[in-house]
Amino acid sequence: MTIKLGVPSKGRLMEKTFEWFGERGVELSRTGSDREYAGAVRGVDGVELVLLSAGEIPRELAAGRILLGVTGTDLIREKLSNWEQRVEELALLGFGHADLIIAVPDFWVDVRTLDDLDAAAAKFRATNNFRLRIATKYHRLIREYLRQNGVADYQLVDSQGATEGTVKNETAEAVADITSTGETLRANHLRLLDDGPALRSQATLFKALNVNLSDAERKNLAELLTTLKLT
Amino acid sequence: MTRVSTLATQLRAHFEQLGALPVETSILQPAGTLLDLYGEDIRGRAYITSDALRGEQMLRPDFTVPVVQMHMEAGADPARYTYAGTVFRRQDDDESRPNEYTQVGYEVFDRAEPISADAEVFALIAQALSAAPVKAATGDIGILVAAVSALETSEARKGALLRHIWRPQKFRSLLEQYSTPSVAREALALENPFENAGPEIGLRRTSDVQDRLDELRVDAQITPIPKAVVDLLDALLNVRAMLPLAVPQLRGLAVEMPAIGPAVERLRSRMIALKTRGVDVEKIEFATSYGRSLMEYYDGFVFGFYAETRTDLPPIATGGRYDALTKQLGQGAEIPAVGGVIRPDLLLDLVGAA
Repeated sequence: MTIKLGVPSKGRLMEKTFEWFGERGVELSRTGSDREYAGAVRGVDGVELVLLSAGEIPRELAAGRILLGVTGTDLIREKLSNWEQRVEELALLGFGHADLIIAVPDFWVDVRTLDDLDAAAAKFRATNNFRLRIATKYHRLIREYLRQNGVADYQLVDSQGATEGTVKNETAEAVADITSTGETLRANHLRLLDDGPALRSQATLFKALNVNLSDAERKNLAELLTTLKLT
Repeated sequence: MTRVSTLATQLRAHFEQLGALPVETSILQPAGTLLDLYGEDIRGRAYITSDALRGEQMLRPDFTVPVVQMHMEAGADPARYTYAGTVFRRQDDDESRPNEYTQVGYEVFDRAEPISADAEVFALIAQALSAAPVKAATGDIGILVAAVSALETSEARKGALLRHIWRPQKFRSLLEQYSTPSVAREALALENPFENAGPEIGLRRTSDVQDRLDELRVDAQITPIPKAVVDLLDALLNVRAMLPLAVPQLRGLAVEMPAIGPAVERLRSRMIALKTRGVDVEKIEFATSYGRSLMEYYDGFVFGFYAETRTDLPPIATGGRYDALTKQLGQGAEIPAVGGVIRPDLLLDLVGAA
């Protein structure tokens, strides 16, 4: 049986992943038309390429439907509880760098840290009769991060895109999002807190744990990892 | 499952015989109320679902909140309630913990004698567990609240400490911050702190920011809480002993912290009330910090019963006083309230093993 390798199905993340494997002697490519999500692998035997949305790769790894997968650390931690028990990091790929950050309007000159945010949230709730809203799609990670840092009286509101615009639109007071350069945040008059990011993420090659492999699959995996110089 | 529900029914019938009114509540609760009470953290501990009509609904994580709501709307005064039913707890980290289990509860809403009501709830639950090898841990959030409220510092600082009583780590970091000189803030030194900052956006306005800067300016002038006072507070937080030994320790501390005196005397009266009810107080542990990381609504007496040998099990029963919760849910009304819940599934585990 072949082993399955899940790779993001489009964009820069896919291209960079192909490049990373290519540099190590494993040639990945998309086959068929541009619209068809099928792929080919050359350079090693017994590996099947599966093209998937980066956001679905954590779930597929956890379910054991793919043995290897490339996705961001942020997505693994957001989507899998006890992720260390379910997947193993084989290699940090050195691209797709992104930080999960909390940002507030730049003119909140009184808010530099999470402690300030907590104090501002308490006051905001007392004044407005609802909890200070933080727009994000990283609910689990941010909730856990704020809990650990003793921030209360906030609420997370879901934002699946254009998160930086929510403050201006008055649907949130602050945002928590992934950023690589902070450019979009600055353009939207937002500023990072001084505490640093909640999480630093990059594209990573993961291996599913708790999967029973046949001898053939084990051999295929060993060959791939040797070719990639990961053993 | 049938053994659990049989035991649950028996326990409820037992509480009913003692004069409690049996009540039921909906499984689906409006999520907003619970979110406003517990904050966003409850999302990590409860299941939330939704429909387009009613919005977010929560599978009840406990009975206390709906029972309090029911009582505040149309309850007799005083009142005693009992219930038995399933609660749902989301488990993201520990697969061995059930996400659905039965609770049997006993709740007392009584203005007359809070201390005697505390003892009543504890004694009835202790009695119901008497066949199981359990030990009791207790605390009293009121003692810590009294100590903090009497600190010689600003109302704002006391308010912040009180707000974080249930978050021990944050409480500790605030206390450290308040006992050292303030760190100078750049924004306070500037003539116009908004000069190089971005435009006003969002619902938190420039005036809100200005207000907080003013508060920070005042705060920077506050004399740090002296080390001796922090040490005293630490000594208080570290009190942990069997109840009859804890009381004199606390009385000793009350000599230097007179503000906790009345709360300590209440603890002593409660101990006597427990004795009167036949509870062996020599076997009850007391810790000032106990209950600080339980649910946020307990604000006085708080207790839990734990399996003596099975340290892996969660508490078999828990409870406490939640006067502030009735005020929060009472829309102007309030009533002292205390209650507790038993988990018949765990009780069966223990009795079966014994």
